[in-house]
Amino acid sequence: MMSFMKGRVLVVDDDTALAEMLGIVLRGEGFEPSFVADGDKALAAFREAKPDLVLLDLMLPGRDGIEVCRLIRAESGVPIVMLTAKSDTVDVVVGLESGADDYIVKPFKPKELVARIRARLRRSEEPAPEQLAIGDLVIDVAGHSVKRDGQSIALTPLEFDLLVALARKPWQVFTREVLLEQVWGYRHAADTRLVNVHVQRLRSKVEKDPEKPEIVVTVRGVGYKAGPS
Amino acid sequence: MSGDSAASAPGRSGARPERPVGRKRPGSRWGRFLESGLLLQGGVKGSPVIRLFMRWVRRPLLPVMRLWRRNIQLKVVVTTLLMSLGVVLLLGFVVIGQVRNGLLDAKVKASQSQATGGFAVAKQRADEAASGTGDDVATADGRTAQNVSEWMSDLVSSLSSGGQGAFDVVTLPASDEDGAGGRGQRASGEVDWNRSVPADLRERIGSSTTAAQSYTRITYNNATKEPQPGLVVGKQVNDPNGDPYQLYYLFPLTQEEKSLSLVKGTLATAGLFVVVLLGAIAWLVVRQVVTPVRMAAGIAERLSAGRLQERMKVTGEDDIARLGEAFNKMAQNLQLKISQLEDLSRMQRRFVSDVSHELRTPLTTVRMAADVIHEARVDFDPITARSAELLADQLDRFESLLADLLEISRFDAGAAALEAEPIDLRDVVRRVVSGAEPLAERKGTRIRMLGDQQPVVAEADARRVERVLRNLVVNAVEHGEGKDVVVKLAAAGGAVAVAVRDYGVGLKPGEATRVFSRFWRADPARARTTGGTGLGLSIALEDARLHGGWLQAWGEPGGGSQFRLTLPRTADEPLRGSPIPLEPKDSRRNRGLDDAGLPSGGGDGEKRATVPAQPVSGPVPQGTKRDPIPPRVAPTADPTALPGNGSRVVPRPASGMRRRNEAAGAEQPAPGGVSGPEGTGRDEEAGGRAGRDPVENGPRDEDDGSVGPGGREAEPGDVDRQGEASRGR
Repeated sequence: MMSFMKGRVLVVDDDTALAEMLGIVLRGEGFEPSFVADGDKALAAFREAKPDLVLLDLMLPGRDGIEVCRLIRAESGVPIVMLTAKSDTVDVVVGLESGADDYIVKPFKPKELVARIRARLRRSEEPAPEQLAIGDLVIDVAGHSVKRDGQSIALTPLEFDLLVALARKPWQVFTREVLLEQVWGYRHAADTRLVNVHVQRLRSKVEKDPEKPEIVVTVRGVGYKAGPS
Repeated sequence: MSGDSAASAPGRSGARPERPVGRKRPGSRWGRFLESGLLLQGGVKGSPVIRLFMRWVRRPLLPVMRLWRRNIQLKVVVTTLLMSLGVVLLLGFVVIGQVRNGLLDAKVKASQSQATGGFAVAKQRADEAASGTGDDVATADGRTAQNVSEWMSDLVSSLSSGGQGAFDVVTLPASDEDGAGGRGQRASGEVDWNRSVPADLRERIGSSTTAAQSYTRITYNNATKEPQPGLVVGKQVNDPNGDPYQLYYLFPLTQEEKSLSLVKGTLATAGLFVVVLLGAIAWLVVRQVVTPVRMAAGIAERLSAGRLQERMKVTGEDDIARLGEAFNKMAQNLQLKISQLEDLSRMQRRFVSDVSHELRTPLTTVRMAADVIHEARVDFDPITARSAELLADQLDRFESLLADLLEISRFDAGAAALEAEPIDLRDVVRRVVSGAEPLAERKGTRIRMLGDQQPVVAEADARRVERVLRNLVVNAVEHGEGKDVVVKLAAAGGAVAVAVRDYGVGLKPGEATRVFSRFWRADPARARTTGGTGLGLSIALEDARLHGGWLQAWGEPGGGSQFRLTLPRTADEPLRGSPIPLEPKDSRRNRGLDDAGLPSGGGDGEKRATVPAQPVSGPVPQGTKRDPIPPRVAPTADPTALPGNGSRVVPRPASGMRRRNEAAGAEQPAPGGVSGPEGTGRDEEAGGRAGRDPVENGPRDEDDGSVGPGGREAEPGDVDRQGEASRGR
């Protein structure tokens, strides 16, 4: 499981020094970084590089990070990790809502960054032939697909992981902290907004009526659990 | 109108039953009397029964008194009513008196001339009768008497016939004893002569020959006739026999009384109207003034509530309009200044925030580069390797400083938002304690938890509370000098509290409040060894405030310190108290008190013995040790001492303290990083402590030695306890 997989990482950042430093660190960890400094060119670069993960600075010239995030997410479920200087502002929530899987606040340590990237990449390559049911959904874990009445529902890897984590233990109520650890790979309590935003995103895709969730149920004051199947 | 003038008005006249305010007025006077004279001065020295009675009397009057105090319009109207009533009454009395005098004077004159004529007639008739019957005066007494009796009856009827209804005539014998025969009483018009003619008048007339008069009430034998006021004019005259008898004219004053009561009625009606109208006028006039004043007050309130665009309506050019204009000008200037200051502060906060953010990107690069270098330091020569280490370490510090700075700027900008939900503080404390374990192990400190048997639930922001507690616990471990750190939880009433107690170097007087200042260091000479940004406690304080809670510190030099976080159980509930006392039970002073079972002043001797044995970190001057009696309190410097708590205040000669301070200042080289003489700080502290939160505590040297390495010097610790006591009760 801790096999250090290699991966292509697209770094979208206008600060050349930081980009170069990121490149050094990523290469040192065995990743293959590619770079783009302009928000307008980010999508083209993304299509060309076909990265396994995108590192995206929120403050970009041209199109801003949020917009880039939305565009990438529109055509791919590839993990997106935002780089941000402001952790408390709405930027983070907006970024998460526009499709980013995770964020990391500047200044960060290289190890922290690598851990975040690994956590995101690891999820997407964990084969386990397993069939799960949650609500009226059927989840094929190995095939990485979710189906309702034979209709496939497109989820990002993170959303998929979140759903699988809940579906594996339908009897358990997951606190946000537990979900952060299991799905995002945070060891310490982190920003629970991550969970909130992604549960909303997940619900908007899998629930028949996101206002009245039946698949991912909120347990007030505690967290979330899988709805009855 | 001032309360005094209002209070004096009631004294002017006794009865004013006709106005509704009359009911209130005695009430307020009563209340004022109670307020000023008895209750407030604590002057009710009598039995509790009296006090109870006073309270019972006073309670229903309170709303009236409040209205009286608060409503200037009511005051003015009531005062005007009372004063105009007084004036009207005075005026009424004068006018009525004059009218009565005028009426009576005329009547008296008329009556006197009438009576004089009557007396003349009587005399003439008597003379006539005497000359006519002069021959047989001496012949037969009986016959003469018979004649005189008839003559007198004739006289009375003839005299009274002159003024039918206008007057009555009464004859009486000159003296009571010879009331027999014809010289008995006669009275016209059924007058009850006995009661109608006053006795003193009869005496006066009997003793002289001139006419005399008196007022009386004329009563009648006929029950259907009402008694009426009247004037009696009488004179002693002689009958035909030459014997004196008394002749009275009785003039009823019914007409005059009617006139007088008419005047009275007219005056009363007019007076009532005047009073009521004056009251109404006062009401109207006061309203003209009070309405703009009230408007100004309302607008001032709204201004102070932050609605700076509020303005008064200004009409005309009178004084009220000037007030309005001045008010508006003030409001405008205020608004301008405030918005200027707001802009400035916004710009400044913005700047801090921007700087923090702009620093982050390069810092990230530097940080990563440093880490790469740090990772590779084994390949470097020792100097470069050490440099790499320093670089990485200091970058950590720089980073946390930046983070704290940003957090503070967030608080300053009011951008910090509370995400409160019910949390069990025990979980937070456990997380914090387990997080601090590695540090505690390094320092050789054991962290104990107390009061975690029951859930301690409060509506709070777990992230912030955890940050606060982490800060407190880490501080306690860092400054605890390897001794135990106790984290205590408690819940009571509407509050929950977590207290973090250490037994380290403690705090000097005055430091307990200063620890929360930004970038404050306990001692510039020492503190750099431990990390920390100097903003931790400031942020913690802001976090506590954001919850509507308290963060307070207590400490004594060498006796450790205690930091207490108190949070309201529900987010919107105001705090009234804390379940944990700020000064811990095992503070030196408290223990001293408990051990001895006496006020701490009495326990000195006992503790004195332990002083030399206590472990002392750093050199302690002999002078300090030998002086066993800590001067508790310089009486002059103890503004917080309670009279009722005097047993704890043990005044010592101030000279003793001075000597100590000098000794401490001169000889003591500040063990454990204490810099400078404490004595100076203490003196200024003692004065300033009264108003402060009594979070600090004086150090003392009667420590029993089991905890705390300090005991550097003595300190009047009781000042603080007094403060605590006065605050706590």
